[in-house]
Amino acid sequence: MQRHPIIPIVALVGAIIAVQVTATLSGREYYLTQLIMSAYYTIVVCGLCLVMGYAGQLSLGHGAFFALGGYTTAVLTTLDFSSGAINLAATGLGRGLLKVGILVAQTDLYGRDFVAFTPWAAFIAALLLTLAIAVVVGYPALRLRGHYLAMATLGFGLIVYRLLLGTEWTGSADGISSVPGWHILPGVVICGKSAHRVKNYYVAWGLVVFVLSFIVNVVRSRTGRALRSIHDGELAANAMGIHTAGYKLKVFVLSAGMAGVAGSFLTHYNGGIGPSEAGAMKSVRYVTLVAAGGMANVWGVLMVGSVLTFLSLRGCFGSMDHAVFGGILILIMSFAPQGPLKPLGDFLSRVRSACRRAPRDSAAGRPGDGDLPGRLG
Amino acid sequence: MQVARPFSGTDRRQEQVGLVSQALQYIFSGITAGSIYAIVAIGFNIVYSTTGIINFAQGEFFMLGGMTAVTLSAFLPLPLAIAGAVVVVGLVGGALDVFFFRRLRKPSILQMIIITIGLSIVIREAALHIWDEKVRALPYFTGDACSSVKVLGAAISPQVFWVLVTVGVVVIALHCFLRYSIVGKAMRACASNSTASTLAGINATNMRTLAFVLSAGLGALAGCVVSPISMTSYDMGTSLAIKGFSAAILGGLGNHMAAVAGGLAVGIAESCSVHYVPAAYKDAIAFAILLLVLFVRPQGLFGGTEVGTSSREF
Repeated sequence: MQRHPIIPIVALVGAIIAVQVTATLSGREYYLTQLIMSAYYTIVVCGLCLVMGYAGQLSLGHGAFFALGGYTTAVLTTLDFSSGAINLAATGLGRGLLKVGILVAQTDLYGRDFVAFTPWAAFIAALLLTLAIAVVVGYPALRLRGHYLAMATLGFGLIVYRLLLGTEWTGSADGISSVPGWHILPGVVICGKSAHRVKNYYVAWGLVVFVLSFIVNVVRSRTGRALRSIHDGELAANAMGIHTAGYKLKVFVLSAGMAGVAGSFLTHYNGGIGPSEAGAMKSVRYVTLVAAGGMANVWGVLMVGSVLTFLSLRGCFGSMDHAVFGGILILIMSFAPQGPLKPLGDFLSRVRSACRRAPRDSAAGRPGDGDLPGRLG
Repeated sequence: MQVARPFSGTDRRQEQVGLVSQALQYIFSGITAGSIYAIVAIGFNIVYSTTGIINFAQGEFFMLGGMTAVTLSAFLPLPLAIAGAVVVVGLVGGALDVFFFRRLRKPSILQMIIITIGLSIVIREAALHIWDEKVRALPYFTGDACSSVKVLGAAISPQVFWVLVTVGVVVIALHCFLRYSIVGKAMRACASNSTASTLAGINATNMRTLAFVLSAGLGALAGCVVSPISMTSYDMGTSLAIKGFSAAILGGLGNHMAAVAGGLAVGIAESCSVHYVPAAYKDAIAFAILLLVLFVRPQGLFGGTEVGTSSREF
């Protein structure tokens, strides 16, 4: 649909800057905190949009990938690797890592001395682990369809949730706290301190812009066309010589990786993570946001996802938080399965094609939304 | 669903008896849990075979049954409270079909999955607001929490027998209903070919609603009988639904009798797993079985042609 994807991306950057300037000038900079968090969740949702909307595969396990990224980061940066059962620092490998600076001796808030990995190393480990698990789970799971795929991914998510909940060194029900800040660039620390809020805001939304432009490019590429053909009819796509299983796995792993990255960043920002991030409700929430944004429309998903997540984080829905999301799911799927923004988009593209057609008087012109998969089923 | 472990004996002979009774204990607790999974699995099957929908809200019927019965039992005798709960939840199930699924024309699988997920969330949240987050339980049908029956040295709560008898009766009654009654035959006809059964004068739409009523009512009944041992809380639905689905898949989706076998297998595997892995991981076992079956043999142990990789598409 986007003939010039650079224009909406520039508009997005403009909007991001405008929001920050408005918030700062009006003295409501505290809104940025929730906006930062919603940015990271939006990354998960946009990644899921690639799997659900474009490839047509339902994943109810993205919360687990998010949690895997976050927990790997949290464990590697907070666990003491110099004593107890995992005395890595005493081994030759550990000494080598210490020398290179991947393992660092440090002191935490309570004056406890410990040896842990640097955030960069933890981040890379988190990303690799998430990708690896996505491959292991995705390879067999994506051979399933419909109900079976949904249940398999949901089951995977619940296994991760239960393991996190039942394991002592992941903090059981408490999760992991006191995750240190991440000096990602000189002068930029990913942490929850209000002094770093504006910088963090730009890091978070910068990441969104990066992920989004990546997705837009994937969608417009050969891979994107292959994905849409899988969505519209897998048998037909196979018959055309598209390696559907390979593409599905690739896009699943990609989007799991995005979830892992988001989890890793948000864990540093929040300074901790809890097992509920892997819970079924979180995964369902991501699915809700993708559905509410119109499935195969990454811009709609971005808008709806970030706004609803922001409102939810601000506590606008109160104790009805989950119920609101459940209600949105039912309403949208019953009445507007192509997303509430679809009628608006249809209208805009009609206007656009009318404008284009009028001066040229060409009968061959297709309506502007030609490359958007028009249906779900 | 765990029954307290028996004290092991002091001398060697008693120790051996202790081992046997411990194994028996695991198996009984597994059968209890498993028969509940079997009921949930049958609920999945009934709805799936008549409507093609996997109802992710299946576990919520179970929870609603327990909750409603607990509330009703405050001013009704226990049998009436349970009957009332079954009727109420059955009506809720029917209402879901009438209000949400009936009006969908040619829904895609994705659409149906997402709607049932949405319903399960809304039902759960409604339960949270109607009741609260407290864990409730019906009183034991006979005896109380401490009374037990000794079977070969294993202490079995009398409620376990209630569960087993109820599930047995339900399964046999359902089987007879589907095989011998005219309505049951009509339902089976709808399940095997909805269009042909419509041509034969069966109201397929009503049969779909009946399937929802039946599966909701069964779920509610199971939720009531197991409430004294496993307790009822508003958020128990999801994991129960997935375990029930594991059972249904293990047996082969659409096959009621195989669902019972699948349920018992999942239940026993789960309760025996406590012996080998930390109890905190117990729940993960059923999900792991689910993944294993889905990945290795998605048509289930006794499954026929309907498989997860069939031509049913989004």
